[in-house]
Amino acid sequence: MNIQPPNSSSIKSRFAVKFVQAMKRLSKRRGMGDRYKRYRATRAAARVSLAAAVGPERAWSRAVLRRIKKRRGLIGRTTTNPRRNLRGLVPGGKGMDYCSLLSETAHYITCLQAQVQVMQDMLHLSSP
Amino acid sequence: MSSRKERSSRITEDEINDLILKLHPLLPDSSSRCNTKVSATKILKETCNYLKRLHKEVDDLSERLSQLLASGNVDEDTIRALLRR
Repeated sequence: MNIQPPNSSSIKSRFAVKFVQAMKRLSKRRGMGDRYKRYRATRAAARVSLAAAVGPERAWSRAVLRRIKKRRGLIGRTTTNPRRNLRGLVPGGKGMDYCSLLSETAHYITCLQAQVQVMQDMLHLSSP
Repeated sequence: MSSRKERSSRITEDEINDLILKLHPLLPDSSSRCNTKVSATKILKETCNYLKRLHKEVDDLSERLSQLLASGNVDEDTIRALLRR
């Protein structure tokens, strides 16, 4: 069972680069006048960038990246459908055995924490 | 499914409890409770709550950051400063 903790600072920098690149692309896109569209696009960019920063080595990030490839709704069950149990909260959680789920959860939490920190930094840097 | 049954008999309760205990230090306020024994159930429940909280925080930050797209304010200085941290 792979229970190696992720290197937080490398996740942060990889995520930051990808997320900023995604935001730059989005800012050039049409249709960003719509506030809700902007929000959804930003949220999706954050999610995808985090999974891409982690790469295919974890089951949860593979699950996120798979969903993009299938062009299915990205912001699906994990956020809009609040669930009580762990399987619904970790990407790909439903298909995992319990041990893997617990291991993936630990990694996922650490990555989410890194993501939050980077996004907070971005916010502070961009507001005058 | 026979393969799943075989696998679950190899995975012990201890292993599962071990993995659950490893989640505990990741949770907020876990340091204040390191002397008392925390049940696996409690850890799992708090993990779920924490995940929901983190998701919501990402949503909120996304909402606020999405304003940048409106003003076209994703400039090079921000990027460089961000990546320097």
